[in-house]
Amino acid sequence: MTTAYTPDLSKITSEIHPAIGHWELPTFVAEHELPSRDGDRVIQFREALREAMSEEMRRDKTVFLIGEEVAEYNGAYKVSQGMLDEFGPKRIIDSPISENGFAGMCIGAAMNGLKPIVEFMSWSFSLVAADPILNNAPKMLYMSGGQWGCPIVFRGNDGAGGQLGSTHSWCVEGLYANVPGLKMAIPSNPYDAKGLLKTAIRDPDPVFFLESERMLGDKAHVPEEEYYIPFGRARKAREGDAVTLVSWGRPVHFCMDAAERLAEDGIECEVLDMRTIRPLDIDSIIESVQKTNRVVIVDQSWPFGGVSSETMAQICETCFDWLDHQPVRVNTRDVPTPYAKGLEAAYLPNADRIAEAVHKVIAATT
Amino acid sequence: MAQATTDKPAARPSDALSNETLLKWLYDMQLIRDFEARTMQAYQQAKIGGFCHIYSGQEASAVGCTAAVEHKDPIVLAYRDHGHALARGMHPAACMAEMFGKLAGCAKGKGGSMHMFDRPNYLFGGHGIVGAQTPLGTGLAFAERYKWEVLETGPKRVCLCFLGDGAIDQGAFHEAKNLASLYGIPVIYVIENNGYSMGTAIHRHTANHDRLTMRGEAYGIKSIEIDGLDIRNVYDKMKVLVDECRDLQRPGFVDLKTYRYQGHSMSDPQKYRTKEEVDEFKSQDSIANLLDYLMRDENDGGRGCITEDEWKAMQKEIKEIVMDALEFAENAADPDPETELTTDTYAYPMKNLSPSDTYSHGAKNPLL
Ligand SMILES: Cc1ncc(C[n+]2csc(CCOP(=O)(O)OP(=O)(O)O)c2C)c(N)n1
Ligand SMILES: [Mg+2]
Repeated sequence: MTTAYTPDLSKITSEIHPAIGHWELPTFVAEHELPSRDGDRVIQFREALREAMSEEMRRDKTVFLIGEEVAEYNGAYKVSQGMLDEFGPKRIIDSPISENGFAGMCIGAAMNGLKPIVEFMSWSFSLVAADPILNNAPKMLYMSGGQWGCPIVFRGNDGAGGQLGSTHSWCVEGLYANVPGLKMAIPSNPYDAKGLLKTAIRDPDPVFFLESERMLGDKAHVPEEEYYIPFGRARKAREGDAVTLVSWGRPVHFCMDAAERLAEDGIECEVLDMRTIRPLDIDSIIESVQKTNRVVIVDQSWPFGGVSSETMAQICETCFDWLDHQPVRVNTRDVPTPYAKGLEAAYLPNADRIAEAVHKVIAATT
Repeated sequence: MAQATTDKPAARPSDALSNETLLKWLYDMQLIRDFEARTMQAYQQAKIGGFCHIYSGQEASAVGCTAAVEHKDPIVLAYRDHGHALARGMHPAACMAEMFGKLAGCAKGKGGSMHMFDRPNYLFGGHGIVGAQTPLGTGLAFAERYKWEVLETGPKRVCLCFLGDGAIDQGAFHEAKNLASLYGIPVIYVIENNGYSMGTAIHRHTANHDRLTMRGEAYGIKSIEIDGLDIRNVYDKMKVLVDECRDLQRPGFVDLKTYRYQGHSMSDPQKYRTKEEVDEFKSQDSIANLLDYLMRDENDGGRGCITEDEWKAMQKEIKEIVMDALEFAENAADPDPETELTTDTYAYPMKNLSPSDTYSHGAKNPLL
């Protein structure tokens, strides 16, 4: 009754793993070929996210959005405002407060041919979904020996939202980026948010997309024309030769503030906005460090075993000889997130602490 | 519907099935039984590593439930998964080779006993975390409904999501049931209730243990009990439920009462139950039960479609297939760490994903 078993173990030749099925990648262009960042089509960060999702949902009917309050309430943070009207309740889906359940459900849906976008009201709440998002999504392709992948985007607010206290202010990047099999993007501005989120939706691997409540109202020019920002390519937010500031997400702005202030003293900082931390564009860091010979890493998550430690480790492994001073990092302080305004401000990285760190690496080497 | 005027018993769905179909059930159940016996031997010889959970005793569940759905209806389950894999049609050699950790195994030796995946047979995995497969199964079914309703590319499908009695205590399962009922998701949760969660008897691990269907009903899910030792009964009840869930695009909940003959895993001294209890269940063995029905004369309420000799021949054939599977697994190549350790990590590998490793695609999955 049973026929012989003669498996074909020849090598996979396609760019995208066949477990994902037919898959089209967008076209990526060089940084200077992207549409201009200057212009007067000024929109909010949240609108940029919405445009990214809506455009991809118009392109591809297998994409849907699910999360708490995303539909009828128009999004707890108004990211998905109006999307229910356009796409209807079968594709913009209000979920009960069951992160474990709906995250796991969407992983099953992703295995079975759909491309879910899962909105966590806050990444803080993703902790109750740790099992599916860490144990299933990033490992499915591997555990199934290449039979099923998991094209899914998890997105939501990450980091201190403003006096929300310990339970609601999680920066999950340190915890989650540890897991192989996933990709992680942390945009710092509306332009990148749109281009990166569109890429995330088109990427066949699970993407953890970390936004910030504190930036959703930020405004910038976002071009009308379609563009995709590739993962693993940092953006040089500012040119300089004195020190390299490496950051991602909201603290990029703190770096820019510090850099402006330091420029008044004649210290020109180079600021790298990493945009994605897995992949981490270590090549751009190396290139910059070869010019500045000093590096300060600014990370709004905890220092112990986190993304800043990883970045420092990679710098030490790859361009140690180019450094005139050991890498220095500025993190949130290593305590649970406090509530009181003053305590929270002292807890977070800020321009003062960054400037202080820059002075430290420069003073010691000049 | 049976007419009240006749005293003939109502027709059972399985009565309409051919002798061939029922003989195939017998074959599959015996295949699982034999396969598991060899699995235990290989484990004891340290050819299989890790955690390994034997399915013997529960065969009527996997074979009977699988028979009640279509081949393209997705199935997902926990780690006691060899039986379902075989029932779904996975080649015994692929299953055995996986446990031996070989490249030709169904998951290229990356999954092991607890993680049997078979894409051509729509088996979406054995899953090692108790209860974790319940949201996944809900999602598989969600996708099927979406394909039918939104994409308009598929027929109505049903997903079978198996779990143990221990898994009903997991929060994930409660969330899954709520979502399934709320959204109208055609997933059937089949609780393979073997009375034990590892060494903890059901009355010690779950409240209201003799009325599990309440756990489905509480969420507005059609919930039934099934005597899972009689495969015809399993099929009869499952078929009706599957048809209904498919048609109405609604979830289902099944308390399928069964029993495992072996310990929880290969390392279980079984201090928590008596030999008498095990023997009592063995006396109701599902394979013996079906065989009896198939051998018995039609006049005697049976099918009379297999003789003693034919049964012996069937057992012999199965034995050879299982021995072949063992031999295949034994001789198959190990995955080469140089080429296979890092593959299948990313569907779209790119630079700088890891400080230590570079990802690429390796060997095709042997089942694809
Ligand atoms: C979340 C989680 N906790 C604990 C375990 C360890 N464990 C594996 S199987 C099992 C018992 C589960 O019993 P049941 O669901 O009845 O399935 P059965 O083994 O009887 O088929 C336990 C405690 C696990 N795998 N996952
Ligand atoms: Mg059990």
